Amino acid sequence: MSAPAVNDIPRLELSGITKSYPGVVANQDVSLLVHPGQIHALLGENGAGKSTLMKIVYGAVKPDAGEIRYNGEPVRIRNPQQARALGISMVFQHFSLFDSLTVAENVWIGLDRSLSLADVTRRIREKAGEYGLDIDPERPVHTLGVGEMQRVEIIRALLGEPQLLILDEPTSVLTPQAVEKLFEVLRRLAARGCSILYISHKLHEIRTLCTACTVLRAGRVSGVCDPRQESNASLSRLMIGAEPPTLQRQAPHTGAAQLEVRALSLPRLDPFGTDLDDITLQVRAGEIVGIAGVSGNGQRELLYALSGEDRRAPPGSIRVASQEAAALDPIGRRALGLHFVPEERLGRGAVPSLDLAHNLLLTRGEAVGRMGWIRSRLLAAQAGAIVARLQVKSAGVQAAARSLSGGNLQKFIVGREIDAAPRLLIVAQPTWGVDVGAAAQIHAELLALRDAGCALLVVSEELEELFALCDRLHVMARGRLSPSLPMSEATTERIGAWMSGLWHTEVQQHLHDLETAHAAA
Amino acid sequence: MLQLEPRPQPSPLWRWGSPVLALALTVLLGIALFVALGKDPLRGLQMFFWEPVKSGYAFGELMVKATPLLLIALGLAVCFRANVWNIGAEGQFVIGAVCAGGVALLAGPGTGPWIVLPVLLAGVLGGMLWAGITALLRDRFHANEILVSLMLVYVAIQLLSFLVHGPWKDPGGYNFPQTRTFDAVTQVPRLLPGSRMNIGLLLALLGAGVLWVFLFRLRAGFALQVGGLAPAAARYAGFSSRKALWLALLISGGTAGLAGALEVAGPIGQLTPYVPAGYGFAAIIVAFVGRLHPLGMVLSAILMSMFYIGGELAQSRLGLPKSVTGVFQGLLLFTLLVCDTLVNYRLRWRSR
Repeated sequence: MSAPAVNDIPRLELSGITKSYPGVVANQDVSLLVHPGQIHALLGENGAGKSTLMKIVYGAVKPDAGEIRYNGEPVRIRNPQQARALGISMVFQHFSLFDSLTVAENVWIGLDRSLSLADVTRRIREKAGEYGLDIDPERPVHTLGVGEMQRVEIIRALLGEPQLLILDEPTSVLTPQAVEKLFEVLRRLAARGCSILYISHKLHEIRTLCTACTVLRAGRVSGVCDPRQESNASLSRLMIGAEPPTLQRQAPHTGAAQLEVRALSLPRLDPFGTDLDDITLQVRAGEIVGIAGVSGNGQRELLYALSGEDRRAPPGSIRVASQEAAALDPIGRRALGLHFVPEERLGRGAVPSLDLAHNLLLTRGEAVGRMGWIRSRLLAAQAGAIVARLQVKSAGVQAAARSLSGGNLQKFIVGREIDAAPRLLIVAQPTWGVDVGAAAQIHAELLALRDAGCALLVVSEELEELFALCDRLHVMARGRLSPSLPMSEATTERIGAWMSGLWHTEVQQHLHDLETAHAAA
Repeated sequence: MLQLEPRPQPSPLWRWGSPVLALALTVLLGIALFVALGKDPLRGLQMFFWEPVKSGYAFGELMVKATPLLLIALGLAVCFRANVWNIGAEGQFVIGAVCAGGVALLAGPGTGPWIVLPVLLAGVLGGMLWAGITALLRDRFHANEILVSLMLVYVAIQLLSFLVHGPWKDPGGYNFPQTRTFDAVTQVPRLLPGSRMNIGLLLALLGAGVLWVFLFRLRAGFALQVGGLAPAAARYAGFSSRKALWLALLISGGTAGLAGALEVAGPIGQLTPYVPAGYGFAAIIVAFVGRLHPLGMVLSAILMSMFYIGGELAQSRLGLPKSVTGVFQGLLLFTLLVCDTLVNYRLRWRSR
């Protein structure tokens, strides 16, 4: 640890940073001031320019204009190596670890050659002890959970003795309990004088953790504040220029079961996938059932099996609208009324290079006449109606799917499936990477569909979203599905514990209580 | 400093401008080549771009060579758009020729002109069979279709060679490795007197029209292309990748086989070891220069045909080696790949 700098010299000072890409200005005249030992939040929606700004600080992107001062000295950061030499470390959202190597080996290959593996192992243990990071340097990375992988990345960053640590959306892969642990580590780090730049769009996290906050909107600074003095509403106003709209929900009117999954077990297809273990699930008409859990716990595999993209499910394990569906392909399942919005929009939910109208043909056949003839005008009109209904911002139905922003493309895909008037709609990560306004619109559409009598299954990592949408909740952990929990009994703590697979003890306890109650009666 | 900057969207202008610029660069490099070889560049270019179109007969010859190139390229375009890398059209062409030749050899003095239909059909089926082997190995054993189809070219050529050296050798042919000349009745009907153009040209142009409809107006063609553009999206939509594989290979095998049948039952008139003239490989360039688009491929097939004829003329009249054809073909493909950068990137001058 370097000696803490004198307090009135800022650790990092950006002024007038401007960076433009063809067609977009990512950062315009952005200024940022981070003091030693400060946990400084950089808040903004997706596409507000947070990542570009951090890449500039980390030397991965060169700004068009502006000045960077580091510990009071003007610097020009040409590349990440130079940034690290200055004491700037960054933990990216996506990990760069080799699965087949151990933790220590992974850290070792990023360091200079003068150290031996044994030295590195020892230093990892020291650092881990110092900050209460629980990690075994000798374990292979593929045996680690996502939270543990993130700890490896953080330790790797800490071994560089950083004065400034940048974290990009670090909590998106963590359970609520793991988030608490991470925050403790970060507070301890800050107490020793290390400045932390914390990138996020989660308001409550910023309000609990950070002592200063710079808000970006459309590439410009829209406000600098102390998040502890702010409310979610006031931060949201700075971030999107408006308060988040509130959802109107009514009591559900449930009908017949539209999706029944019985004791579905499937071995993984991909070596790094998850085996599905005895999944039982029911979704009735008129209700929204949520599946919470950290991604990578079998959600992806379950969705493949439900959509028909993976057709290995044994006969009798999947029924859609009371019909046997395990052997049906996606087209056959759509005929039964099952529509699906996948997690990946570009490349799975939509073909990037095709226009919106043709992307409709992936799941919709209304504009296809006899002999498979595509009636272009009808198709364009159909796509135009969806674009208008969901206010999709695009250059028209002839615009290529990849030219749309993530939120607008998601609105189009959700609109495409809703417009089919499904009996059962399965949605994965409905608002992942979508800005607040579009997210509210998607949520409202999903609720309206439920009120119209459709059965909905929503798989999401965002607990807040599930709490806002669902009538019942399951949790997925290590390929298994928890029993369903009515919303009235779901709390962040409880769901968080279940995310680690700890529902069994609770369920046992509950059964035991029931039995004693019976015996007493 | 000249920098490449990614475009937000691919440029529609450069999608079609790139082949034109590539052709211009090929011509410029060609001029440089002629100068370096001490030949008059103007006369050299004349061989390639004027001689093949200066008379009705020359134009007919141009079309005779363009026909197989276009037919094969149409089928290959289906494959390449479906992300199925059939590199072995040459082999499918040869087997088409062999099967068509086999039927043509059955014709005797009493055979009517109806024989042309079974001859062409045999060619189509032969090509489909040969491409079907690739499809089967890919489907069943996940064998790489690039390698399998390419290897099968050599198998096909050996098979042809075996037949013309052995069982099908013309007894009265002075021991030359060739079959007897097919009966006149098996000749594909010609279009005009005094020109070797035959109905194959019409079939190829019709094929271009059919391909356009298939690719841009039918759901089956759409599904096939989605498989090539975004395999995960095809799977999500429920479009079968196995069906796409078989369909693409059978279509391209069929068109290559038809081209082979039209060659042997047309301009060649017998089976010889010289049936494989490289059309199957040249058609890959035709397909890409034509942007895998039916209209584009009509133009690029004519262009490639010019290179073939120009190369032959350059050999006989300017004393250049015949490989100049290959040099021009290669230059065109190379410059095209370079120019295609402009579709997704733009050039910018930057200070610093």
